[in-house]
Amino acid sequence: MRPLDEKETTMVFEKLFKFTGPNLKHLLERPAVEGPDPEPGRYCLRLHKNRVYYASEALVRRATAVARPRLAAVGTPIGKFTHHGSFHLTVHALDLLAAHARRRVWLKPDTERSFLFGNSVPKSSLARITENTKSGDGVVVMSMSDVPLGFGIAARSAQDCRKADTNAVVVLHQADAGEYLRKEEELM
Amino acid sequence: MMERPHGRTGVSSPLPGPIRKPLPAQLPVVSMAKKGTKSKQAAAQLPVVSMAKKGTKSKQAPPPPAVAKKGSKAPPPKAAKKAAKKQKLLESSDDDSEAELQQLQEDSDLDVPSDSDAEELSGSDTEADEFSGSDAEADGAISSGDEGEEDEDDDDDEEEEDEGGDSDDDSLADDFLAGSDDGSGDDSGLESDESDDLEAKSRAIDERKEKMDQDAEEELQTNINLESDEFRLPTQEELEEEAHRPPNLPNLKRRISEIVRVLSNFSKLRQEDVARKDYVNQLKTDIMAYYGYNDFLIEQLTEMFPAVELVELLESYEKRPPECLRTNTLKTRRRDLAAALIPRGFNLDPIGKWSKVGLVVYDSTVSAGATTEYMAGHYMKQGASSFLPVMALAPQEKERIVDMAAAPGGKTTYIGALMKNTGIIYANEFNEKRLHGLLGNIHRMGVTNTIVCNYDGKELPKVLGMNSVDRVLLDAPCTGTGTIWKDPQIKTSKDIEDIRNCAFVQKQLLLAAIDLVDANSKTGGYIVYSTCSIMIPENEAVIDYALKKRNVKLVKCGLDFGRPGFIRYREHRFHTSLELTRRFYPHVNNMDGFFVAKLKKFSNTIPTTSEPSKASEGAAEEVDGSSDDEGEKVVCDEPVKMKNHKGTKRTDERPSITKDTEDKPVPDKPAKQLNNRKGKRKTDGPKSNETIGDGKEASHEKTEQLSHTKKSASDGTKKYGPKSTSGTKEKKPVSDKKRKRKWQFKLRRDWEAEKKSDKRRKFQ
Repeated sequence: MRPLDEKETTMVFEKLFKFTGPNLKHLLERPAVEGPDPEPGRYCLRLHKNRVYYASEALVRRATAVARPRLAAVGTPIGKFTHHGSFHLTVHALDLLAAHARRRVWLKPDTERSFLFGNSVPKSSLARITENTKSGDGVVVMSMSDVPLGFGIAARSAQDCRKADTNAVVVLHQADAGEYLRKEEELM
Repeated sequence: MMERPHGRTGVSSPLPGPIRKPLPAQLPVVSMAKKGTKSKQAAAQLPVVSMAKKGTKSKQAPPPPAVAKKGSKAPPPKAAKKAAKKQKLLESSDDDSEAELQQLQEDSDLDVPSDSDAEELSGSDTEADEFSGSDAEADGAISSGDEGEEDEDDDDDEEEEDEGGDSDDDSLADDFLAGSDDGSGDDSGLESDESDDLEAKSRAIDERKEKMDQDAEEELQTNINLESDEFRLPTQEELEEEAHRPPNLPNLKRRISEIVRVLSNFSKLRQEDVARKDYVNQLKTDIMAYYGYNDFLIEQLTEMFPAVELVELLESYEKRPPECLRTNTLKTRRRDLAAALIPRGFNLDPIGKWSKVGLVVYDSTVSAGATTEYMAGHYMKQGASSFLPVMALAPQEKERIVDMAAAPGGKTTYIGALMKNTGIIYANEFNEKRLHGLLGNIHRMGVTNTIVCNYDGKELPKVLGMNSVDRVLLDAPCTGTGTIWKDPQIKTSKDIEDIRNCAFVQKQLLLAAIDLVDANSKTGGYIVYSTCSIMIPENEAVIDYALKKRNVKLVKCGLDFGRPGFIRYREHRFHTSLELTRRFYPHVNNMDGFFVAKLKKFSNTIPTTSEPSKASEGAAEEVDGSSDDEGEKVVCDEPVKMKNHKGTKRTDERPSITKDTEDKPVPDKPAKQLNNRKGKRKTDGPKSNETIGDGKEASHEKTEQLSHTKKSASDGTKKYGPKSTSGTKEKKPVSDKKRKRKWQFKLRRDWEAEKKSDKRRKFQ
């Protein structure tokens, strides 16, 4: 487990920025809840076996005692580096993103299933969308009962969505909660 | 007339109710008088006949109803029959009849109880009853007697009820006496006045009717006997016969419940000359055949439970386990979750008063593992019993917790939810293949304060440090005998070796868990040990072992339901505090068979081989002075341990051997320890030398202390093995490293001899 180097950090932050915007610094500077120490530390990112983990400093410190081949996870994984070096966010980052993302999309109840199976969101499934969404923004997909279902990239801005066809793709799928069931080897 | 059927065919009425009513004296008297001679003649046969009838009908010869023909369905108790007969005697005013009846009674009472007698009777009179072909002769002989008796009875009945001719219309079985009553009574009355021919004719008619009645009665009796109180074990031939045929399940089930009934009221319901053991063996065989268990499991279970409870337990294992959910309080509340699931077609209820987060699902239209809420991590599918160890552990916020066998992650996530993501959880799982399930669950449920690692639980104290965490949860790998309803394969696949292996691993893991915990922790110092097995070698025996090996004590689990653990079982005697452990069963609590024990560590020192020697106490002081520094602690324990050298671990194992557990660890341990020792010895030379100097004196003190500390450290144990071994070790002083090593090698060989000599000395 090691801290990320410059390039890796920029790549991770870029992806996160799409979702959180200026809130990004909030992500890393909020007081950490975890850890048995009375004073809260901060959160940090660590790289372990090509996966990036988001954990509090206390946790990270204690995890150094665990041998590298034996450590499976620290805190929450948010994404992984592919073989050729690009970074993708994984579904495990959902809770974090849902808490800090600026743009959200709400789906109609009957259409949740489709998204949870890994399909992109057509306009017909759209119930609500945050007003000032721009094309290319990171969007968290929620159900009508405010349960985060996954996230993706907005294919159209909010205004364009209104004009679009019913079948036009509004949100490009990146990750969804159904992957917990579909992809068992996610984390290994 | 209509009353009679009730009296005779009523299921639970004792012997002929109607008959008990006082009878007008005329007819019976008349009939008695007339037939006095005949009846006298018949009297000798009567008892035989009636006995025969009753005897043959029931293999087990239930006390034949005093008046079998009267058709008592429920085999009336002998006393009742006697009473009934006596009443009949009273009712019938004729002396002759009384005599007859008395004879009848006596014979019936005498003959009834024993099978042999019944069989003799039945043998002698079988033909009369069972084979219509021979009825002619038998009837000829019997009928007169029967007739005589029957007439009396019939008359009684008749007079009690309406004397009508309607009886003929009713089925013979129901109302045979009525019919015959009419005919015989009237006829007899007439015949006495008139010619004998008429009487003979009527008698013939009566005989025929009686024969049919008897047949009906026999049928009744056979039916009654099937439900009779007395149950006869199948003989060898019957068993062999059964073995050839495919298993007759209803028969087996019936036999099982019969044997259980006999065993529960053994003195009254047993067959004579049949030992309890025979019943139990037959029960075991039947259970194995019916439920599909192997020998070993049935042996164990019959030792643990009384017969009635055993069958309840086995029945409950055949049912489907109830499906439970645990609300993830990090993301939702139980109320909200139920409100979200019910519209999806779930039939839910809170699981009980004992949990605020549990829900039990009676049925659902969709699978509980496929809902949006599940994917969002709002709940976890978990057995109800899995809530219990975490509730017992009661993790507080900002604590350091270790879950030593974490997969699939239900308990870990529950701990995380209880701690509200504060503190830190080390979730360890030995099996790599189960790791991804664990990770998936942890991340899905949004538990962020975990470090997931892939170690063997025994190594954790080295990795994380001794005395470094506040609480440890050990949900140990076990044979799983408590979860047979989930995995029926366990019925046939478990053997004594499996249990021994599991118990061995569990003991090691528990000791490691205890070593991880810091006794001086402000908020903690607890270890919870749980298994999903009901076998005693995996539960109470392991806890008892830990009580002897470490400075821990049992405390209340915080679970107010469940049975206390065993304190004694067969030849084992466990520490009395084992009452504080809890056992759960499917037939009692409607959850997996489970065992939970909560230990509190009250001192960080390790009592070396059951004798807290003074050297170790001195070492302990040093240790306590320093905080949880592993190095120092090891140093202090070193001298003592070196004296006990390799044997330390071995002696740790010895108690288990006396407890009839495994020998496996012994050969491996010493080698490993040697390496450890070597490394440490170099650094700890001077300190060890000091203690060595005192070693000889210390040994004496140690021996004294041995008995003393033995009592304190391990109450209620009767182990002298460890004492002796530790004693021997004390004697050997360690002068320098090299000599120590050689000495250690020697000790291995001489260990046994020293042990014996020590034993002798100790006992003196």
